[in-house]
Amino acid sequence: MENNITLAGPLVYALATLGPGIGIGLIFSAYVSGVARQPEANSILRPIAFLGFALVEILALIGLVFAFL
Amino acid sequence: MSSAAFALSHNFVAAAGEGFTPPGLGEFIFQPYFSDGTLPWLTKPLVASVFAAVVVMVFFLVGSRQRALVPGRFQFAVESVYTFVRNGIARDVIGHGFEKYVPYLVTAFAFIAVSNLFGVIPGIQFPTLARLGFPLALALFSWAIYLGIGIKRAGFFGYFKSVMFPPGLPVFIYPLLAPIELIQVLLIRPFSLALRLTANMFAGHILLLLFTLGGTYMLFNESVLLKVLAPFALASAVGLTSFEAFIQVLQAYIFTLLSALYIAEAMSEEH
Repeated sequence: MENNITLAGPLVYALATLGPGIGIGLIFSAYVSGVARQPEANSILRPIAFLGFALVEILALIGLVFAFL
Repeated sequence: MSSAAFALSHNFVAAAGEGFTPPGLGEFIFQPYFSDGTLPWLTKPLVASVFAAVVVMVFFLVGSRQRALVPGRFQFAVESVYTFVRNGIARDVIGHGFEKYVPYLVTAFAFIAVSNLFGVIPGIQFPTLARLGFPLALALFSWAIYLGIGIKRAGFFGYFKSVMFPPGLPVFIYPLLAPIELIQVLLIRPFSLALRLTANMFAGHILLLLFTLGGTYMLFNESVLLKVLAPFALASAVGLTSFEAFIQVLQAYIFTLLSALYIAEAMSEEH
């Protein structure tokens, strides 16, 4: 019984990382290919990429908080 | 990531026989320095936080004391931090009229970076922003600043009207959009700013604790298999420490970037 409880949080968090993992991958793949095509656009693209990264990352972090609650 | 690794190693070590108490929420609760009850609020996170503020102050004061035309090494370090925030964040995101907000953004960036880096600096090894109170205060500063800018620009009702009813949308969208935008500006933004920092530092600290404590436990265990595997756990603790240092600076960047973005949005006329 106790084992179920200790496993529930980590498993829920493992599920919660799936979506943000895919999302962050998509964001940085777009960022990398954008910079590869036009290296001088790096400084314009960087804030946009990290903004998207931050917005997606918060979903995984909310999952982390719920795993510990 | 930390939770999953935590469960795995927990089961693994439990299978080996003896009890291993994994790091948990208790690692983030500190006893006051004076056990006799005077100054019950004087704990390690508070002292570390004040120390971080002093470090940032001394860094910038000493760096700008003697401004040479050809900067020395230290002045160059100070100026590159300042230039990074000024040009890389404030100027690129806010655009016209960004100079007024550079001091706040530089201070926030430096303070958050130093407070976070305390998580990997030997002797302190606790990221103060892992306690929700500290980043919440920082997020409330950003919140007050962008609300203040917006209200000063368009007036109280004008600002909230521009937030809730951005022009150029079909009318039937507004009942759906207006409450979401209002809740987002008033509640979700400050809490997501604070929660992002806290959860990142919390997860990183637990991860480092798990690998160091677990590695030490495995090293002094009876089982030969665990003894052989222990160096790998300790080596990954070393690797993760440098990864954590990178995450800590990245989070400072993201907090400053989002603050600048909210300020820019409050400054702009349309929405």
